[in-house]
Amino acid sequence: MINKKTLFNNVKDKNFLRLFFVFIFVFILCSVLKPHLFLRWSNIMSMCRQFPEYGIMAIGISLTLLTGGIDLSTVYTANLASIISATFMLSVINDQTSHGLTILLILIACIISLCIGVICGMINGLLISKIGIPPILATLGTQQLFWGLAIVFSNGKTISGLPMTFFKMGNAKLFGFLPVSLIIFIALAIIVNFVLTKSKLGARLYLLGSNPTAARFAGLNCDRLIITTYGISGFLASISGLIMMASTNSAKADFGSPYTMQCILIAVMGGISPNGGVGNLKGVVLVVFILQMLSSTLNMFENVSNFYRDIIWGAALIAVMIINFVINEKASKKH
Amino acid sequence: MLDRKFIKRKLLRTESYIVIALILFSLLVQIRSGQFFTGNNLVDLTRSLTIPAMFCIGELFIMLSGGIDVSFPAIGALSMFIVSKVMINFTGSVFTCLFVGLLLGLVMGALNGYLVGRFSFIPLIVTLGTSSIYTGIMNGVLKAHESPIPQPMLDFGKKKLFEAYNPTLGISSEMPVTVIFLIVLILIAYGILHYTKLGRGVYAIGGDLTSAKRAGFNVFWTQIFVYSFSGALAGFTGVARASMMLNCCPQNMVGMDMTVIAACVLGGTRVTGGSGTITGVILGIALMTVLSNSLILIGVSTYWQRVFTGLVIIIGTAASAYQTLRKQRKLAEKQEEKA
Repeated sequence: MINKKTLFNNVKDKNFLRLFFVFIFVFILCSVLKPHLFLRWSNIMSMCRQFPEYGIMAIGISLTLLTGGIDLSTVYTANLASIISATFMLSVINDQTSHGLTILLILIACIISLCIGVICGMINGLLISKIGIPPILATLGTQQLFWGLAIVFSNGKTISGLPMTFFKMGNAKLFGFLPVSLIIFIALAIIVNFVLTKSKLGARLYLLGSNPTAARFAGLNCDRLIITTYGISGFLASISGLIMMASTNSAKADFGSPYTMQCILIAVMGGISPNGGVGNLKGVVLVVFILQMLSSTLNMFENVSNFYRDIIWGAALIAVMIINFVINEKASKKH
Repeated sequence: MLDRKFIKRKLLRTESYIVIALILFSLLVQIRSGQFFTGNNLVDLTRSLTIPAMFCIGELFIMLSGGIDVSFPAIGALSMFIVSKVMINFTGSVFTCLFVGLLLGLVMGALNGYLVGRFSFIPLIVTLGTSSIYTGIMNGVLKAHESPIPQPMLDFGKKKLFEAYNPTLGISSEMPVTVIFLIVLILIAYGILHYTKLGRGVYAIGGDLTSAKRAGFNVFWTQIFVYSFSGALAGFTGVARASMMLNCCPQNMVGMDMTVIAACVLGGTRVTGGSGTITGVILGIALMTVLSNSLILIGVSTYWQRVFTGLVIIIGTAASAYQTLRKQRKLAEKQEEKA
C-alpha cells in the first residue's frame, strides 16, 4: 500500500519534473535567441499582464477535463459576460457620476459579469448532467449560443470607451510593479489547487473523473458535482473576461477566439488527462509560463507571421499527447 | 402490410420530425414573405446547401464511428488554396483539379485517422490540433489570400444545369453543376454504408468498440478509412466550392464546421456513434439552410444566426440524450431493486 502510494507520487512528480526542465530549457532558449529583448524588465512585465487572460481559463478547462468532460464555451462565456457588464457600465456611468459612485457601479458591473459566468457554466453543467448531452456537444452548442447572444447584445460591434476608472483599476500595479491580473491569477491557482488536493470536493472530482460508475455507487451526487464544476469553470471564464476587458478597455463577441485551442493545449501539456481523473494544477501553471515565453519570443521575430503560432501549438498538442502515450505504455509494460 | 406499429415506428423517426419542421417553416416563410415557393428561391437554397451537404456526409461517417471532426473546413480551405495556387496555369480537365484536391485532403485526413486509430486519442482534441496546424500552414507558410482559380475550374463554375427566373423580383438563379457531385456522392456513401463490410464496420465500431473488435472488424483500418474519407471529401469539396464561387477565398469556410455538426445532430446522428442515416443528415442540412436563409426573408437580423445554430445543436442532442438517460436510470433502478 505504502509502496503504491510512493510510486504514484513519483509518477506525478516525474511529469512535473519533466515540465520543469522544459521550462528552464525554454527560458534559456528564449534568452539566447533574443537576449536584448527577452530579458528586459518591460518584456517580463508585459508577459505577466498577458498570461492571466488565458491562464485562468485554462484552470477552468482543466477542472472540466478532470471530471472527464470538456468546456469549449469558456472563451465565449467570458466575452458574453464582459459585453453585458460593459453595456451596463456604459449605460449607468457618465461624466457627471461622482468618483465614489463610479467605483461602486463598476463593482456592481463586475459582480454582474461574474454571475453571468456562473449561470453560463451552470447551464453547461445542467445540460450535461440532467439532460445527458455529451460534454463536447453540450459546450459546443452553448459556445455558439453564448457567442450568438454576445453578437446580438453588442450588435456585432466592439464596445469601447469604458470608464477610465475601470481601465485604471484593471491595470493597477500593487507595490508599483505587480499587475492586479497576475495577483488574481496566482490567488486563483492557489485556491483551486488547495480545493483539488485538500478538500472533499477535490477528492470527489477525481473519483468522478476516473470512474463515474464507482462515484455513483459511492453515493456521490454526480449531477450536483458536474454542475458545480462547470459553474466554477464559467466563473473563472468571466474573471478572465473582465481582465481582457480591462486590458483592452473594450469588449467584443469574438475576442480571444484562439484561446480555446490554447487552453486545451495547456491543460493536456500540463498533465491533465482528457479521459478524466488524472493530473494536477502545478503542471498546468508551469505550462502557462512556458507558452507565454514562447509566444512573446515568437512575437519578437518580425518576419515570422503570427500564424506560425497556430502550427506550433497544434503540433505541440499532438506531440505531447504522443509522448504521454509512449511514457504510459512503457510504465504499464514494466508492471 | 401497413399495420399500426409500422406507421408508428416510421412516424417516431427523427427524419419525420425534420420533414414536418421543414414543411411548417416553409409555409411560415411563404405566408410572411410570399417568396418561398418560387423557382429561384428553391434554386438558391439548393445552391447554398450543396457544399455543406457534401461536408455533412464526411462528418456523418466520422460521427457514426464514434468520433467528431472539426478539421474539415481547414482541410477544405488548404486543399482549395494549394490547388488554385499551384495549378493556376493548368489547362486540362477540371476533374484533375478535383482529384488533386481529393488527394491532398486524403493525406490530411489520414493523419487524423492515424492519430485517432493508433493512439486512441480523443478525436475532438486531435482534430482541433490538426485544424490549427492546417490553418497555420495556410495563413502562415503559404500566406493565403483571395486569389484567382485555374481556367478549367472557372469554366466549370460558370456552367449551369438550368436557370430559374423570378418575374416578380426580376432576378434569376442558376443551378450549379456541383449538385450532380452531391447526388453521386450520396449514392456512393449510401452504397458504402449499407452494402459493404467496411460500411457495416463503421456502424459497428461506433456502436460498441469492444464487440466490433471481437466480431473481427479491424478497428484501426476502419478509423483510418473514416477519417481519410472525410478528409478526401473535404479536399474535393473545397475545390468544388472555389469553382462554384469563381474565386478562391480561403477564409470563408471558417465556422462551417458548426453548421455541419449541427445539421448532423439534427438529422438524428448520435455523437457517441453507431446511429445515423444519410437521409437524416441531408434533411438536417436542408433545415439548417432553410432556417438561415429564411431568417432574412422573414426579417430577423442575421445577428441571430449563431444563436439559432447553438439552440439547434442543444435541442437536437437534448431530445435523444434525455431519452437515453432516462432509460439508463430506469435500468439502474431496476438493477438496484433486484439487488
